Amino acid sequence: MNEMRVKPRTPNEVGVPDPFQYMHPTSIENYGNWDWHERLKPGVLHHVSKSGDDLFTVRAGTQRQMDVYTVRKLCDIGDEFADGHVRFTTRSNIEYMVSDHAKVQPLVDALTEAGFPVGGTGGSVSMISHTQGWLHCDIPGTDASGVVKGLMDDLHKDFITELMPNRVRITTSCCQINCGGQGDIAINVQYTKPPKINHDLVGNVCERPAVVARCPVAAIRPAMVNGKPSLEIDEKKCVCCGACYPPCPPMQINSAESTKIAIWVGGKHSNARSKPTFHKLAVANLPNNPPHWPEVREVVRKILDAYKTDAKHWERVGEWIERIGWARFFEMTDLAFTKHHIDTWTGSRKTMNASAHVHF
Amino acid sequence: MKDANEEKVNPQHETPMLDQLEGGKWPSFVTGIKRLRDTKDAQYAPMMNDLLGQLNHSYEERLGFWKGGTLSVFGYGGGIIPRFSEVAGDYPASKEFHTLRVMPPAGFHYTTDILRKLCDVWEEHGSGLIAFHGQSGDIMFQGCTSENAQPAFDAFNELGFDLGGAGPALRTAMSCVGHARCEQSCFDGVKAHRGIINRLLDEMHRPAMPYKFKFKFSGCGNDCVNAIHRADFAVIGTWRDDIVIKQDMVKEHIKEKGRKYTIDTVVTMCPTRAISLNDDDTMEIDNRSCVRCMHCINVMTKALSPGNDRGASIMIGGKRSLKVGDLMGTMIIPFMKLETDEDFEKLEDFAEEVMEFFADNALEHERIGECIDRIGVPAFLDAMDIVADPNMVNHPTTSSYVRTDDFDVEAAKYFEKKALDAGMTVAADD
Repeated sequence: MNEMRVKPRTPNEVGVPDPFQYMHPTSIENYGNWDWHERLKPGVLHHVSKSGDDLFTVRAGTQRQMDVYTVRKLCDIGDEFADGHVRFTTRSNIEYMVSDHAKVQPLVDALTEAGFPVGGTGGSVSMISHTQGWLHCDIPGTDASGVVKGLMDDLHKDFITELMPNRVRITTSCCQINCGGQGDIAINVQYTKPPKINHDLVGNVCERPAVVARCPVAAIRPAMVNGKPSLEIDEKKCVCCGACYPPCPPMQINSAESTKIAIWVGGKHSNARSKPTFHKLAVANLPNNPPHWPEVREVVRKILDAYKTDAKHWERVGEWIERIGWARFFEMTDLAFTKHHIDTWTGSRKTMNASAHVHF
Repeated sequence: MKDANEEKVNPQHETPMLDQLEGGKWPSFVTGIKRLRDTKDAQYAPMMNDLLGQLNHSYEERLGFWKGGTLSVFGYGGGIIPRFSEVAGDYPASKEFHTLRVMPPAGFHYTTDILRKLCDVWEEHGSGLIAFHGQSGDIMFQGCTSENAQPAFDAFNELGFDLGGAGPALRTAMSCVGHARCEQSCFDGVKAHRGIINRLLDEMHRPAMPYKFKFKFSGCGNDCVNAIHRADFAVIGTWRDDIVIKQDMVKEHIKEKGRKYTIDTVVTMCPTRAISLNDDDTMEIDNRSCVRCMHCINVMTKALSPGNDRGASIMIGGKRSLKVGDLMGTMIIPFMKLETDEDFEKLEDFAEEVMEFFADNALEHERIGECIDRIGVPAFLDAMDIVADPNMVNHPTTSSYVRTDDFDVEAAKYFEKKALDAGMTVAADD
């Protein structure tokens, strides 16, 4: 232990990097001075500044979880066909900015040729916003990148066209914490059984009061099991949310059979027209069936088809359902409405129909 | 880097489940990881072989096999998500597979040059696998040994990048493309984003909060970074004066799209019935009724744009499910002018005050939205010294269970604020 101590490097706390060093020159020149925009075709935006400058954007889908070869490939395309300036959208699409219209088509062709679908604008189904899943998360019920890859293979055509009534934002979450967020369609893990407790480990691994406090329905209480301090669950109270699992891994919530998938609809971030909304349960208990998740894909397709056929231009999924009513939604999608669709959580009375308004 | 562990290097794992995710038209992350695995002599190749092995094992067992732990770099208490394999016996080369969360430039702008440099660092010290971006906005450099976390961070730091947040701390923020490209952007998102986060940076690098705290910045109500749902502190661009109408472009739009279509998609869809179309195909907007939802501006991008008296609304308390259920941010500051340096300083001051309130009042593992739920919005307003505003609610309370003995005092505050606002507006107009 006599090695010479090397003083570690002190971090340079630079914080959020300044984007102006990376921004397209046309963006810098016209920063805060844009006038209008149009979509020239799926995946291609045209912005015009008040000084008359043009900026064209070509948007392409990526797999988000990218190897350095893929990133470099995207960079090669950016250097050869664009101006070397890119950005990413919140849904992991890459955007190339160019000031010369003549560069747009060759750039679109190069991206398409290299397997990066150009689209994700306007009334398209954009890339699914997703979580980490089995690839990296410590509590996942399913994989994220895999479900997304399978779904986006199905939705490829909907990404590269703008044939939906309005934009469709799909999300996936690999546990009920729902890191994937709210979506027009959300594909989320739904646990169906209370955690299985390894009582030999709880006492040493878990901070028990913190775990008790974590439970949203107060179903967990301290207990001595086999002479060891542990925790027990009132299984009648348990809502199988999995909240106790992250702070206490011996309370295993996942299992190959009981971890299921639920699909939710009608979430919306934007304030356009209607106020932002949370997604609502459409169907639960779909099997977690890798690598293709066929049951999930089938339901997503059904919902999208119904929306595409029936919604008015500019209506988002939730707004469409608001207009046609939930009865018609369940009818059009062949999904069941059950007592589990009726909210029982705090504030649930406000989700009930307290009127004589009925859809037939 | 030298291979510190002397464990066996596995032959290539069979990955029958993952192989099925290589076909199809969408870019495949499996194909990408395989390229890393197949890069001869790369330090990460054995790691990525075992990563694929473990992932395929997960697909077969339908279970995850990572557990957390603690890991940080010198001087910081957060920013790295440690992952240790629970099946390291079978997959030893990926037994440590940590993620470095690195803050992106505001607005997610890059040059190909800087992306290549980031790739080079991650090829030398990490797995070669990068996610642009995680749900909080971080660049996620996924897959690094404990030993390599420090040199990897040092190299990123030398390039001008810094670690993001993790644990009970200020988290990495996100801002939309904003002023860099979008005419709908109502405030300088880069300035707000960098101003707030860089001022409060200590709270990110040295976690000491009750729980996480997230900022997000959207230039308008379209909220492209999903701030209302996902941020404890959402800054959403808006304007106070009238929507700017170019009547000639309105006529153009109608000529191109048709009158019925314009009525159906613009006039009828206005949430407050504030728009009417005149007989000569010009447009009339009742701006006092307009709620700045952005819909008509989204449809008629050439004809309509946000007004010129711009700034932001601030909404507090958005979060995901845990623990009381999903919450959206509540409107707390309907309008804050964001133009001058002083305006932005005010925004930063307010952000700091809210963070202080959170640090002092939230319970452990309680988000600010839950904290406000627990104490009620009025108590939060008192603590922040903010006067109640009708824009904070959908409608006034319907419950009579409220104690109103100081109603007159509160009413006086309201009228005083009204007078002050009116006075300031008049002064600003001169």
